[in-house]
Amino acid sequence: MDTTRRTLFRTLAAAATMSVLPSAAEARERRVAPNDAVGLLYDTTLCIGCKACVVACKAANNMPADVDGYGGGIYDAPEGLNGTTKNVIQLYREGDRSSYVKKQCMHCVDPACVGACMLGALQKGPYGIVAYDPAKCVGCRYCEAVCPFNVPKFEWAKTAPKIVKCELCRHRIAKGKQPACSEVCPRGAVIYGKYTDLLDEAHQRLERDPGKYVPKVYGEREVGGTQVLYLSHVPFEKLGFRFHDEQAVPHVQQTVQHGVYQGFAAPVALYALLGAVMFRNRRGGSDDQ
Amino acid sequence: MTSDAQPIGGPLFTRTFNILAAVGAAGVLLILWRFLVGLGASTALSDGYPLGLWIALDVVTGTALACGGYGMALVVYIFNRGKYHPLIRPAILTSALGYTMAGASVAIDLGRPWNMWKIPLYVRNWNLNSALLEVALCIMAYVAVLWIELSPAFLEKFRDGGPPLLRRFATRSLPVLEKALPWIIALGMLLPTMHQSSLGSLMLLAGPKLHPLWNTPFLPLLFLVTCLAMGYSMVVFESVFSSAVFGRKAETPMLIPLQRIAVWTGLGFVMFRFVDLAWRGQLPLVTRLDLRGIAFWIETLLWILPAVLLAVSRRTDLGSLFRGAICIALAGSLYRFDTFLVGYEPGPGWHYFPSVPELFMSLGLIAIEIAAYIAIVKRFPILGGMRARS
Amino acid sequence: MPRAPQRQAPTFGTMSTIAERLELTGATRRDFLVFCGKLMVAAPFGLAITEALTPEAVAQIVGAARRPSVIWLHMQDCTGCTETLLRTSQPDLETLLFDVISLDYHETVMAAAGHDAELALQDAMAANDGKYILVVEGSIPTKDAGTYLTIAGRKGTELLQHVASHAAAVVAMGSCASWGGIPSSGPNPTGAVGVDALVKDKPVVNLPGCPPNPYILLATILEYAATGKLPKLDTLHRPKFAFDRTIHDHCPRRAHFDAGRFARQFGDDGHRQGWCLYQLGCKGPVTHAPCSTRHFNDVVDCWPIGIGHPCVGCTEKEIAFTIPIHTTVGIQRPFGPDTYPPIHAESRAISPVATGVAGVIGGAVVAAGIIASRKLGDGGGDASAPKE
Repeated sequence: MDTTRRTLFRTLAAAATMSVLPSAAEARERRVAPNDAVGLLYDTTLCIGCKACVVACKAANNMPADVDGYGGGIYDAPEGLNGTTKNVIQLYREGDRSSYVKKQCMHCVDPACVGACMLGALQKGPYGIVAYDPAKCVGCRYCEAVCPFNVPKFEWAKTAPKIVKCELCRHRIAKGKQPACSEVCPRGAVIYGKYTDLLDEAHQRLERDPGKYVPKVYGEREVGGTQVLYLSHVPFEKLGFRFHDEQAVPHVQQTVQHGVYQGFAAPVALYALLGAVMFRNRRGGSDDQ
Repeated sequence: MTSDAQPIGGPLFTRTFNILAAVGAAGVLLILWRFLVGLGASTALSDGYPLGLWIALDVVTGTALACGGYGMALVVYIFNRGKYHPLIRPAILTSALGYTMAGASVAIDLGRPWNMWKIPLYVRNWNLNSALLEVALCIMAYVAVLWIELSPAFLEKFRDGGPPLLRRFATRSLPVLEKALPWIIALGMLLPTMHQSSLGSLMLLAGPKLHPLWNTPFLPLLFLVTCLAMGYSMVVFESVFSSAVFGRKAETPMLIPLQRIAVWTGLGFVMFRFVDLAWRGQLPLVTRLDLRGIAFWIETLLWILPAVLLAVSRRTDLGSLFRGAICIALAGSLYRFDTFLVGYEPGPGWHYFPSVPELFMSLGLIAIEIAAYIAIVKRFPILGGMRARS
Repeated sequence: MPRAPQRQAPTFGTMSTIAERLELTGATRRDFLVFCGKLMVAAPFGLAITEALTPEAVAQIVGAARRPSVIWLHMQDCTGCTETLLRTSQPDLETLLFDVISLDYHETVMAAAGHDAELALQDAMAANDGKYILVVEGSIPTKDAGTYLTIAGRKGTELLQHVASHAAAVVAMGSCASWGGIPSSGPNPTGAVGVDALVKDKPVVNLPGCPPNPYILLATILEYAATGKLPKLDTLHRPKFAFDRTIHDHCPRRAHFDAGRFARQFGDDGHRQGWCLYQLGCKGPVTHAPCSTRHFNDVVDCWPIGIGHPCVGCTEKEIAFTIPIHTTVGIQRPFGPDTYPPIHAESRAISPVATGVAGVIGGAVVAAGIIASRKLGDGGGDASAPKE
């Protein structure tokens, strides 16, 4: 059995070496927002929780009302993003401190969902908007599992379910209008514009009133950057933003995967190796005869 | 690739088989119902846990347990140990059935399965960054490869005594198959290498949502290594099982070395994990006895246990082999469950435990798999040359 | 000029109790009970006189109070605050003026005029020196030594100081008297101020509003009459029972606000359906006033929001007549009602049935494994394999 163990260790060593290849491969470049990128800037200090944006989003996207739960069967009261809600206002309240927060797709610069989707049903399209095409979707829900903001939701109740998420009202943008939420906000708590302009505006607000905000524009660098930016007067973790690492979510997986596969070279090479060994063995006869 | 394999014979509709068939039929009925009412009504899946029992158990764990064919192919065809040849066919059968069941589970888990055919055919839409695409394509191909690898068993039987049309087809195709088989077998070793490691990559993309005890860039390697250990253990398990149930002589001389491979691989895996945790600075987490810490230790102990038992008792009887194999298979399965479910952190407020229909659909598919195994080994030349129980 | 008819002996402040007086004048008990009911609506909490649970009980308390003497001064006013008092129908005007309170001096409604009026003021002050309640309506101009208001040759500032100095307490009725009102809005050419800017040595109660609800005034006065104490006041000297909440807190259209249903233009669908007026500039969220639950003119829904016009914040100095009517305001205390989803909502709980079933299946499998392993251990097994 010595030979078996020897060959076993050799194999494991070879496999280990192969998997270390990623470090030899080039590190994946950090993506940046496209030149025509648009986005939203949401400022918790301006939001009054009127939920006009929730209503407008539903109207603009033809989504039905959520009357279960605390809607009491009468009015639309979603408890969070779900298969009929692409945009929601939540309340954080702890003692004296409170804040509203608007939640919708963050339109990441380097989205995990886009990296996950097998046939590209989720893609980063014009203006950097992460768009969804149900024709290419098999409903595997892998995108849901990997999104750091838990944004894509599924129509569990339907027999022909789709993934549901904010697409920045791209059907309205195409007609030269702005997203429904930013259009209807009475306080300008959420505004729409060119991503670079919004980032500038956010920094200007931080400079003007440093005491008012947590000194950070959330989304500027987090998870590789997002095109929806947040300013807040309470810590971002309290609002449900769990992750602050600046590395894009797909970075590690894609570096490892591309490192191992090297295009298709490694599989082809392995196949050739396996075939060659098999033929040699066939000719030579079994090792334990 | 001729062998002295023979059908076991014996009555098909034994009590065990009938029970399994009944459970399988119930599962099938539930599956039809699932397609009528949708996933929300039939499962406990939610937006917090979009991937549940069917993915973690049927697909990820099920395919790993079905890696016996892969492992045996490596031993016999690459490391050239011809003496293990009798174990190949039953291993391939288990693999074929396991992967087919995994494919069926995927089909019932998908929300829009009518688009499934687009996966292999919409080449222009392929997202080459997607580990899941890689898994899907590989598994689709591998299922085909496995049944082709297994086909000689069916063709031999038809050639030796089936209806004339089939007999002619079998006689003509067997030689062609023999020539092509080496390419197919090589493919049968390439494909699992690719997709078992990619199954690990799947949860790597979850990034910060995967608990640090499992979140390592070496996930693909670890999945690959553990699937081999699990594959060998399952070969041992099924051989012991078949010997006991069908009254065949035990194949212990072949099983002991395979079990040893599995055990040593397991130990290497455990050591690697601890080193990896230390290197990533996450070692203190193993001292925390929360849900995830406990899960980690259960996994780890199950890997170590067979080695300890082996060292302590030095027994190599069927019972010890059986227990050791189960430990390893369980350890690897738990590792996968932990990576996909226990270590997955969607955020506060989300809970998941499979619903009763979900459990029974999985159970039904497993029952069908076992029943099919029994039926096929009884009617086709799969198991190596021992007499059936009279 | 014919001499004014000889006045009757002054009947100010006879200090009988209200109940005695009502009995004397033949006002019906039913009318009084209705009045007490209105007091309860005006002051549902925070006042001793309305703490009781039924109008009958309140009538008992109020009836036992001595009729308070009230002297009412007009400064730079529009007389709206008097009008609001006159618009009560229960009690009717007579009962109100003569039975519940003793309105000993009021330039608008009293019969006297000219020198008789001045005399009336002197007599009223003398009769209840130190005991009367001074109600002031209108702002007091202070610019240019206060020359912009003179009454019978006396400056408003001086008149106010004089009458206040003999009063038990001063009630500033309306926004003008409370903080200056319309006349004080920019550029405030007369230097208009409220009462408490000038009267420092007497307790001052501010009842801002343009005009305020009259029952607030009555409740305040009667509380003083019945208990000898003024209602609890906030930092701006406004009674807490009426001014500690904002319009937004009690607005009947609040549900529409919470659900995001807004009227965007006068006459649009939302407006016709009575939706929230926030986007039309309603100052409800920042205006402390009781109007949401106490309406005007004794008619239900007779108040600005009720008839479809956004609140203009008439009680608040920084809001009214300063911030344009249709400008939206921020919300000071985003005091969400419970109809907001939390940051992390709880998903549905794990089914105990499923866990149980899984446990049973798992247990069965484990048991089978143990049994199988025992069987194999006993019977099966070759002799140990060749040692390596």
